[in-house]
Amino acid sequence: MRREGPVTDWRRLDPRMIVVAPVHALIRLVPLLLIVLVTGRSGDPTRVWISLGIAGLVVVGGLIRWRTTRYRITPERVELHSGWIRRQRRSVPRDRIRTVDLTATLLHRAFRLNVVVVRAAEHGGEHSGLNLDAVSGAEAELLRRELLRHSAAPSEDPAEPQPEPGPTELARLDWRWLRFAPLTFSSLAGFGAIAAAAFNLLLELGVTPRELGGAAFRLLNGTGWTLLVVSALLLAVIGSSALFVARWWGYRLTREPDGTLRVRRGLFTSRSLSVAEDRIRGVGVHEPLLLRAGRGAQTRALAAGLGRERQGGVLQPPVPRAEAHRVAGVALQAPDPTRTALTAHPHAALRRRFTRALGPAAGVVAAAILLGVLDPTRAWIWPWTPVLLPLAALLALDRYRALGHTLTEHHLVSRLGGFSRRTTALQRNGIIGWRVRQSLFQRRAGVVTLEAVTAAGEGGYEILDIAPATAAGLIDAVGSRTGSG
Amino acid sequence: MQSTLPLRPPAHRVDPRARQWWRLRGLGVAAVVALPQLVVALVLGGPLWLWATLIATVVVGVGYAAVVPEILFRIHRWEVTDEAVYTLSGWLVREWRIAPISRVQTVDTEHGPLQQLLGLASVTVTTASARGPVAIRGLATAEARELARQLTETTQATPGDAT
Repeated sequence: MRREGPVTDWRRLDPRMIVVAPVHALIRLVPLLLIVLVTGRSGDPTRVWISLGIAGLVVVGGLIRWRTTRYRITPERVELHSGWIRRQRRSVPRDRIRTVDLTATLLHRAFRLNVVVVRAAEHGGEHSGLNLDAVSGAEAELLRRELLRHSAAPSEDPAEPQPEPGPTELARLDWRWLRFAPLTFSSLAGFGAIAAAAFNLLLELGVTPRELGGAAFRLLNGTGWTLLVVSALLLAVIGSSALFVARWWGYRLTREPDGTLRVRRGLFTSRSLSVAEDRIRGVGVHEPLLLRAGRGAQTRALAAGLGRERQGGVLQPPVPRAEAHRVAGVALQAPDPTRTALTAHPHAALRRRFTRALGPAAGVVAAAILLGVLDPTRAWIWPWTPVLLPLAALLALDRYRALGHTLTEHHLVSRLGGFSRRTTALQRNGIIGWRVRQSLFQRRAGVVTLEAVTAAGEGGYEILDIAPATAAGLIDAVGSRTGSG
Repeated sequence: MQSTLPLRPPAHRVDPRARQWWRLRGLGVAAVVALPQLVVALVLGGPLWLWATLIATVVVGVGYAAVVPEILFRIHRWEVTDEAVYTLSGWLVREWRIAPISRVQTVDTEHGPLQQLLGLASVTVTTASARGPVAIRGLATAEARELARQLTETTQATPGDAT
């Protein structure tokens, strides 16, 4: 017998949204309003009216949005109706819900509100999910539990709580991890953003960066350059550390009594990601080159609906490698799935890594020599280019050493990649198909690329350059169990 | 030279008329590329090299239509067993796809205009993954209909899609 009553009725978003949504929109409109107010002839009252008009429209819009948005949770579906002129109706079957995210910006937090984002598994390639922006914190927590509860299991009435154990803490923030912050992509991104901002500012001021570059070249001596580089590096470190703190403040990974993994984090915007644990189809341990150099890694959960965004499914900040593997094991409830010894790939794979890395490098060298012959003033370039060859060879060797795969009792484990190395452990019963590809070159080398197709994460995980017999063996070995899984 | 793949080739070939379909499609693409060149060359009296690229386009198009469809016909194969849908396709890059019946979500039949002209159809089987669809192209219409019916029946009998 399913629960009837208030939850089945149509509900509105929290009334506080009548205030929050317009404030949120107005904050974003501030630059526009300023422009309207500042420009235009002085003493012209229309600009004031325009601003007031815009503000009024935003407030009315917020009111209409609140009035017209309704949602309800029936035993089978979650439905969201919204819009006034353009009506939208979204409906998600509850048994396809895989994750529920709660996010709250500073503004939301000031009003104790939460945005609920529901993600569901695709059906026939169709993307589904819905946003409730926003409901009260208590309501959000209730929704999170209700929506991730199994449709199969009879849902108890939360009015009579049975003695439930509290959430188990699996990991929490260790400030020593801050040392990995500069080794992540966000440090480069942060630095790029600052550089772009400075560049724009210069353009606004009427300084052509090119002239400035020329001037700098003439002005800067050795010490000047060193200072410039050091300060740029320092900026990147500070920027990435600040981002790390904002993103991962208060990080906790817990196992909730209702069988979900929950990641909570965020200094300004608080985030909580919940994944139904029995819907996790695997984990990926990511080691981008810089992070790998610092002996760090980051683990992501693979479940349907996760993995489209860049931060999709991250279970932790960049952490020491051992911690990443530990969390991977915790998420899969298996002893060290991502640290299983892997079978190396055949020699053909090594040859292919070498040709693919050395080929382009040799092309660059040849092009530089040609340029030197055609234009003797640029002949100084080519003697520098052969340094690319050993670099390419190192890269190839590194990429080959990453390659590996194995089939354990419950998981298909594989690893690949140089610049961004990834170890993936995929549950056998999460594999819903196979693709085997063989290019002309691979045919000559006698290898194939095997891709395990899954509904989780990116949809498919590749095992590069293995012998065809190995591929067939893996398919047979997994296939014999998929039926019983 | 070539290692014979121990992955058994699927049992069935596609309909022989599929060769016509691939041929017409190849010629169509060649025509789309060649026509603007011809128009420019004739109307505007384009440069000499335009005639050269035009001739190259025609040669490649006709060459493709003459040779490749036969190769494709020899490679393309499909098979549906009680356990899986299994296809082999591709020419320069060969691709084997396997979708277990128990994971199939939808079965679609489609007839493009060219396919209708030749009495052909394609059956596409999707799973819960965006990378999962398995398509059998160039079946005779009746065969496709029968296959889709049979697949729909079997997949309805097996619940669960591992998402």
